[in-house]
Amino acid sequence: MQYLLMLFSEEGAWSRMSQADQQRGVAAYQAYTQALKEAGVWVGSNRLQDTGTATTVRLVEGKSQVLDGPYIDSKEQLGGYYLIEAPDLDAALGWAARCPGASHGTIEVRPVWAMSGTSAA
Amino acid sequence: MGNVRDLRSVSDAAAARAAASTVARRSYGKLLAYLAADMHDVSAAEDALSEAFAAALADWPANGCPDQPEAWLMTVARRKGIDGTRRHRTGDAVAAQLRAIADMQAECMHADGEDDAFPDRRLALLFACTHPAIDASVRAPLMLQTVLGLDAKTIASAFLVSPEAMGKRLGRAKQKIREAGIPFVIPEREAWSGRLDGVLDAVYATYAEGWSDPDEADLVRRDLADEAIFLARLLVELLPQEPEAMGLLAGMLYAQARRSARRNAQGDYVPLAKQDISLWDAAAIDEAEALLQRASAFKHIGRYQLEAALQSAHIERRRSGRTDWTPEVQLYGALLALTGSPVVALNRALAVAELEGLQVALAILEDLSVDKRLTDYQPYWAALADLLARAGQKTRAHHAYEIAIGLTRDAAVRRFLQDRQAGLDP
Repeated sequence: MQYLLMLFSEEGAWSRMSQADQQRGVAAYQAYTQALKEAGVWVGSNRLQDTGTATTVRLVEGKSQVLDGPYIDSKEQLGGYYLIEAPDLDAALGWAARCPGASHGTIEVRPVWAMSGTSAA
Repeated sequence: MGNVRDLRSVSDAAAARAAASTVARRSYGKLLAYLAADMHDVSAAEDALSEAFAAALADWPANGCPDQPEAWLMTVARRKGIDGTRRHRTGDAVAAQLRAIADMQAECMHADGEDDAFPDRRLALLFACTHPAIDASVRAPLMLQTVLGLDAKTIASAFLVSPEAMGKRLGRAKQKIREAGIPFVIPEREAWSGRLDGVLDAVYATYAEGWSDPDEADLVRRDLADEAIFLARLLVELLPQEPEAMGLLAGMLYAQARRSARRNAQGDYVPLAKQDISLWDAAAIDEAEALLQRASAFKHIGRYQLEAALQSAHIERRRSGRTDWTPEVQLYGALLALTGSPVVALNRALAVAELEGLQVALAILEDLSVDKRLTDYQPYWAALADLLARAGQKTRAHHAYEIAIGLTRDAAVRRFLQDRQAGLDP
């Protein structure tokens, strides 16, 4: 089964870190990604630009409404994700606990809705 | 902000609360064990006990505490049990009431919580919870819920499982106990070896989960280590002729003694060899040594006594100022022969590295690398990285550190490994 690990954390914390700590942080994520890959668990992952770059779109009565900023304006924001392949939720939670993001933020673990008839890559 | 007196009254209140919880927890396990054995049904016993607690919360404040609160609760619970009104509560309902009743009950009970109104059947309950017919992964959680009254959410968090899944598993296990007719009895001596291992393993698994939060950040996990020690003490008390129970408690006390030395003042990880001995808890170590001594008098060695003996060897430098690796290698060898565990094999290899050299140890790790159980095991990669680094194989060491860093759950260990990895560069 595939699980999406959504990494929520306080955006401002990153810019307040020293350069050395930032490097260390990036290296920890690289090591985590590497460990996921070697275990054959990794499907995909990305870090997102901060919510200052976010734009929301929706259609209201047929007209598109475009707004500047994130959908939910809160202190902790989605900063990135990992998509992993794990046999069950327990295994996915085990991997989530190892993510550096679990130490400085919160990780939401959600199973991917399995589509019948479509082949997963 | 707070002055000294405020702090003291806060800590007094906390101490009173802890004492109350201990008393309540003791009697909770005793009451539930007795009821479950009586009704052959853990869920029904939880239901009945929950009803009795609700009655106590309503009755005691108005009419005063009864002389024998446990007997009072038992009488009411049995009557409710016979009523047969099933509300199909989970253990959580009782766990919540347990907290509410803790303070009240402590006032009416003697400080040691002894109340001999009915026999202690907690050991039989422990055997039922760890019966081989019950899935191994749920034995420790079930034990924590029934004997200690922890709620499913707390247990789930400690075992890194979703609360919903943990609730379901606990429910299934209780159903199995009822429907398969798992007995609430202490097995005959002949059948003991396997069955007692089940009990000891579940207590040990509880401790291991508690120990794995060296940050001390996670209250649930830290408490779990204390709960495990509580259970091990209970086992030693209930099984005074069982050296393995003593070995289990001794091993956990040794580990607990070194607990706060695992971090320095900055919160950085400190490996065993670099720990400040003065931070080790001498009283806990003395108690562990005495237990191990007592166990050895039975001349019946087992896994947990070996584990404890190893813990004792780990802290040898407290006495002699140095570590003697010969007994470490021998003890790990004996433990490996007994358990066949790849984790024991890994630890033995690290002791071998000190005694016979890096190449011998690296060869052992090479053999172990085919074991799938070690593929995601962070300490394997950290150990491999360390040995490779010491052997001057920097490229391979760098890679092994990378995997170890990626597998760790602990931020301080992550920092420690990152520093080691960075230290590889000239």
